[in-house]
Amino acid sequence: MAGNNHLIDVENLVMYFPVTAGVLRRKVADVKAVDDVSFFIKKGETLGLVGESGCGKTTTGRCILQLYKATAGKVLFEGKDLCTLHGENLRRARRNMQLIFQDPYASLNPRMTAGDIVGEPMVVHGLVKSGEYKEQVAQLLRMVELEPRMAVRYPHEFSGGQRQRLGIARALSVRPSFIVCDEPVSALDVSIQAQVISLLMRLREELHLTYLFIAHDLSVVRHISDRVVVMYLGKLMEIADSDELYANPVHPYTQALLSAVPIPDPEVDRQRKRILLTGDVPSPVNPPSGCHFHPRCQRTGDECREQEPELKLVGNEHWVACHRV
Amino acid sequence: MASASVATTYTVQEKKRPPFLVDLFLRLVREKPLGTVGGVVVIILFLTGVFADVLAPYGYNEIVLADRLSPPSARHILGADNLGRDLLSRIIYGARISMYVGLAGSAIDVAIATFIGLISGFFGGKTDITIQRFVDAWLCFPSLFIYLTVMAILGPGLIQVIMVLGVSSGIRSSRTVRSAVIGIKENVYLEAAKAIGAQNRRILTRHILPNVMAPIIIIFTIAMGGMILQESTLSFLGFGIPPPIPSWGGMLSGSGRTYMLQAPWMALWPGLALAIVVYGINMLGDAMRDLLDPRLRGGLGRYSGVKRKMPKQLSQA
Repeated sequence: MAGNNHLIDVENLVMYFPVTAGVLRRKVADVKAVDDVSFFIKKGETLGLVGESGCGKTTTGRCILQLYKATAGKVLFEGKDLCTLHGENLRRARRNMQLIFQDPYASLNPRMTAGDIVGEPMVVHGLVKSGEYKEQVAQLLRMVELEPRMAVRYPHEFSGGQRQRLGIARALSVRPSFIVCDEPVSALDVSIQAQVISLLMRLREELHLTYLFIAHDLSVVRHISDRVVVMYLGKLMEIADSDELYANPVHPYTQALLSAVPIPDPEVDRQRKRILLTGDVPSPVNPPSGCHFHPRCQRTGDECREQEPELKLVGNEHWVACHRV
Repeated sequence: MASASVATTYTVQEKKRPPFLVDLFLRLVREKPLGTVGGVVVIILFLTGVFADVLAPYGYNEIVLADRLSPPSARHILGADNLGRDLLSRIIYGARISMYVGLAGSAIDVAIATFIGLISGFFGGKTDITIQRFVDAWLCFPSLFIYLTVMAILGPGLIQVIMVLGVSSGIRSSRTVRSAVIGIKENVYLEAAKAIGAQNRRILTRHILPNVMAPIIIIFTIAMGGMILQESTLSFLGFGIPPPIPSWGGMLSGSGRTYMLQAPWMALWPGLALAIVVYGINMLGDAMRDLLDPRLRGGLGRYSGVKRKMPKQLSQA
């Protein structure tokens, strides 16, 4: 899949977390958080990554940023494999890829001022000297619609939305080309969500950023993403243009997910059919055979139980992993 | 767009928060009267130690044979010992020794505890297991046994006492720092620091250390009382500060004990000074602990607060 305008290529990414037991910490099983996942992100696009809790969305993002060392597979950044980088080389590579966290409360060091939090990445990467970043910090704070005079405050003096803006400013300070947004708005209330989303979209245009936007809120993802990846239990289910995916979901899981999105029109909402999924997400320690989704799928058949489905092209850039389409 | 509304919602005047230590001091005075008394005792100890030369009416080894064993009087406010040395002066110079031991010992204690605790807690895994087994071994020995053995080898002296007490309790206190580091290690801001590409050294000094300052300050304060008491123990047993340098513990033993019945003031004053100072430091330490770490509030021991916590953490490790 190595392409010309791809910024990120994820190839057969596998991330197993060992489950250990006993005094000797013997490995007894693996949590198969991400199991053979491949996709790419084009320069300048926003790729949405959706799925239920525990489906490996966040792990995928962390693996791309090399915060977890992937068990197997490759992550190519502009054609260079990040998984082979270590130590100083990896540290330098981090300048180009940043992370915006889900929890705006836990992700800021309570003992550092806002200015130091935003300025630190620049110091770490030698862009400015320690303590000489006042001007740059002011500019960054303005960029995320905070006021430069707030730089002397500590994180607890900010509201949730403002803290998230600080997190965004911190990510932007080293002028990265790629940002993983790990559920950046799910901890915020709805009105603030809209502000942060439009801020992210504006910054994308101004700074030519590429986003991997991880979320479980499908309407938010639709709003911001060019393409969307649907994950279930460590596997890719469907990839498509976001308009295409929302208009014409092919995978039964995607259909069920989309049918759960509330529609702000009671007339329409009453008429549509909701697909209720029964049962819980199976344990990623011991995932179902064949298609991981088959125990909860309405259209399941023998082949679903036995064979793992491959990604099939069903339309323009629309890929689905399902035997039944 | 949203910028205008965000800007106008801010009516609160920007004010700089008082620095951490100033804030701590104000809270101590406001919320902890007994701790404040302890703090005053500590300050008096330090002032006495620093200005001993000015305050003492006589030299600490100035012998006036005519005044041997003289009871408290106008000439000798607290009396004189069996060699005719002024007890008040000796107590004042003894405060200097206690100050040295308390401050330098606790400083070494905290430095070693922080170093071991940060490394062990932060790197975890095999590093942690290896370091902690050595700490376990150290904790198995009764501390007095270690002190006496090392002092017997090094010989008595102020520097030796400070080193032995500091290093030994530093290894013990490292457990507390380690558990504090482990406690904050799961915080997302450490992952954030890693994600921006910060080096381990930077993560340790800028992100972890400031967030474990509270237990470190508590260790420092509580250790100070323990240091003074242990120095007195060593001097009492003859392994500490050699005569004629006055140490409160040393004054209690030897001649203080021999002449206890004829001249009770010889043992009374150093004992009283020791009790007041250690009590004051412990009150200050308890207050600090309450102010800095609400989870530990109440219940823990007096001068051995840090040590009494050990079993709980051992079972966790």
